[in-house]
Amino acid sequence: MTLVKTKYNRRSFLKVSAASSGGMMLGFSWLASCNPTKEQALSMPESWFDINAFIKIGENGLVTIFSPNPEIGQNIKTSMPMVVAEELDVAWKNVVVEQAALDTHKYERQIAGGSQSIRRGWQGLRMAGATARHMLMEAAAKEWKVTVSSLSTKEGVIKHDESNRTMSYGQMAAIASTLKVPEKVELKDPKDFKIIGQPTKNVDGKKIISGAPIFGLDFKREGMKISMIEHSPAFGMKLKSFNEEVIKSMPGISDVLVINTAPKEAVWSNVNAFTEVIAIVGDTTWQVMKAKKGLIVEWEWDSPAENSQDHEFKLEQSLQTGVKQWARKDGNPEQTFKNASQVIEKTFSAPFLAHNTMEPMNFFAEVSKEKAELIGPIQTPKSMGKSISNLLDIPIENITVMLTRMGGGFGRRLYGNFGLEAATISYKTGKPIKLIYTREDDMTQGVYRPAYKVKYRAALDKKNELIGFSIRGTGIHESPVYENRFPAGAVPNYLAEKMSIDSNISTGAWRAPRSNFIAGAEQSFLDEVAEAAGKDPIDFRLELFDRAIKNPIGTDNDYDPHRYAEVLKLVRDKSNWGVKTEGIYRGVSAYFCHNTYVAQVLDMVLINGKHKIMKVWCAIDCGIVINPEGAVNQAEGGIIDGIGHAVYSNLTFDKGSTIQKNFDTYSMIRHHQAPSEIEVFFVDNGIDPTGLGEPTLPPISGALANAIYQASGQRLYKQPFIQQDIKLG
Amino acid sequence: MAEFNLNINGKIKKIDADPDTPILWVLRDHLDLVGTKYGCGIAQCGACTVHLNGSAIRSCSVAVSTVGDQAITTIEGVSKSTSTLENIVKEAWLAHDVAQCGYCQSGQIMNATALLKSNPSPSDKEINRAMTGNICRCGTYTRIKTAIKTAAAQLT
Repeated sequence: MTLVKTKYNRRSFLKVSAASSGGMMLGFSWLASCNPTKEQALSMPESWFDINAFIKIGENGLVTIFSPNPEIGQNIKTSMPMVVAEELDVAWKNVVVEQAALDTHKYERQIAGGSQSIRRGWQGLRMAGATARHMLMEAAAKEWKVTVSSLSTKEGVIKHDESNRTMSYGQMAAIASTLKVPEKVELKDPKDFKIIGQPTKNVDGKKIISGAPIFGLDFKREGMKISMIEHSPAFGMKLKSFNEEVIKSMPGISDVLVINTAPKEAVWSNVNAFTEVIAIVGDTTWQVMKAKKGLIVEWEWDSPAENSQDHEFKLEQSLQTGVKQWARKDGNPEQTFKNASQVIEKTFSAPFLAHNTMEPMNFFAEVSKEKAELIGPIQTPKSMGKSISNLLDIPIENITVMLTRMGGGFGRRLYGNFGLEAATISYKTGKPIKLIYTREDDMTQGVYRPAYKVKYRAALDKKNELIGFSIRGTGIHESPVYENRFPAGAVPNYLAEKMSIDSNISTGAWRAPRSNFIAGAEQSFLDEVAEAAGKDPIDFRLELFDRAIKNPIGTDNDYDPHRYAEVLKLVRDKSNWGVKTEGIYRGVSAYFCHNTYVAQVLDMVLINGKHKIMKVWCAIDCGIVINPEGAVNQAEGGIIDGIGHAVYSNLTFDKGSTIQKNFDTYSMIRHHQAPSEIEVFFVDNGIDPTGLGEPTLPPISGALANAIYQASGQRLYKQPFIQQDIKLG
Repeated sequence: MAEFNLNINGKIKKIDADPDTPILWVLRDHLDLVGTKYGCGIAQCGACTVHLNGSAIRSCSVAVSTVGDQAITTIEGVSKSTSTLENIVKEAWLAHDVAQCGYCQSGQIMNATALLKSNPSPSDKEINRAMTGNICRCGTYTRIKTAIKTAAAQLT
């Protein structure tokens, strides 16, 4: 065990009230009605005792663990409570998991983003369990008049070994809830973990398969109205006039209004496009949809209409002559390229992408002049609460944000403009409303993955050693370049340059921001450089890692070359890399992002001109794996999502509007295009855990492109690959 | 507005709705059966899949006025079903911990159930063909296929 001070977010461990009565799970009947479907060994208790912000215990020993962070499908609603339960030392079957609401007093960083929930939550979650366990033991020690150190615990039972007496957590919960939080607690030695490391099913699994009302779109309250918005049909257009009276008179419609949610202060989560929209409020979704279709609106331009040809031109121009925001330079790259015996230069690009969470944006709001109640799917509840407070001049302490399960996030729900819209509509109409985006609304007024273009250059000397490397990257609105990532640190002469392009199209974080493009580009390029150097692509990378280990260039390299090399070696060994099989074409890729290392080998065959992905081998170093079941699922999902977007998805613009408005024109990967098999391996190194929601996505497009090259001799530089006649089947 | 008597999950439900209202919104707004999901509204994503007389249909694109007395089964109906096939499918979904965000899974399950009813031992190709209309952005396709195969193995 490790003795640690309980300083980490100590206020989380302070109890709020000693006891709350049974059935008060959330004081919120709609969500409470969904509790719990998991078979418990114990029934619902009569009383709950709050031990701290994460834990309450019933008199019969049933434990409720609050999962603090938003659940978007990354499965932290299972894995975060597993960490608490581990240190608390209770049987998982006696745990009920609750989604915590936004509470800035109790929790830190209630965000789903950057694959950071587990990494950043790890210590706090352990501490929450360990302090509670200590307080329960302290209560028992008082009761029995013995020392805490003479006690042990096992699965929710406290034991005094000398006298062989036992007491359940439930019996001690009332007393424990009145005790002070200990100054220091013992954390378990990872080798003693019983819950962490066990494949554990999704705590909401049964609710999901039975159609329980757990998503934001499913929320309903007595008297609630349905609302939809109509935004201008193009980026750069604004509202002039519309047939308000006609729409107002349509069946079931109660309110038609114009709302403006332009933020009062600059916050990163703002969405600056489409801040003025028409809002329609009515009784049923279909009535509101019909009213929306009946709108006749006059729009006018207030900034230039953009189209994809302009974007391509601007990207190329920026790459050639754009003003660079100088990023990093090691050695003398200019001279190195002049003197090189071989220079390889390639340019890669990728289009805008929509998020396309399967659950379109929506939010419930009940707002008055004094207070606001928000319920729905949001990755950044704190930020949403603050923005609403600013916009509507409602004191922040009078704003509540409840989190529902989310039908996907992928970064779209970091930007809570839909919550601001819902709050404003409710505020202005005085009615509780649920705002729903249609798929078209969702796709045409997104916060898209930026369009990117990047040029790589590599210099080889006479012995085919990589002596120079440069990357110059641009994008709308951001460069995809991470200047301190591999192969920075492994090449003596290195140059990274970043540029960016302005646009009136809104862009933002999309699953594994920047990495989602740059990883595949870099790993395809390295494959080509390895070939030019006459080296095996894995050996080539390992040589570079070896350089970074023995003689790192620069001090800002943001990766550990040991861990990088180990994960690549693991996938090499597991996939029997180097053993050629007739008709099987292989590509390899490795990438480090979001604090997690991933290496992948992709096997494909050609059937009637179609590329069929037979198997993906995926090695991961994310430190301690909390829930192997969920971790493997995340890895598989990231791989399939990454393949799909590299091959098929494409969002293009004409006169300021997205050409693709729904799934009939915007292609998403389908069942038959997914790999036949994915096998996942984890590096077992006992290091503190990191996240898995994003890291397996970025490298896979590289492994895919490299396998396609082996199969057909075609290098792929431009996403989506389908435009180069690549079809999966 | 017009009155309809709908046969939903084995019970007759009386509702008052515009005749062109898609079944999806009748289920969600009029009957509080929200397990059937809205995804695209144009029969392209499969999130709204229900059974009409046992066949999988996209409820977002079928007007309530066209249903008549045909039997509609939703995920809630499958969920409460005591029949072997439905339970085998549900158990397979849980055994393989298929869901990530979970939003598309009602539609996936409804489509898979309809497939297995008509073809209890589908080949990989037949699974692909039947399931290709159901999008999952989380990328649970391999698990869905495994779950269908597990269910099929228990059916035959």
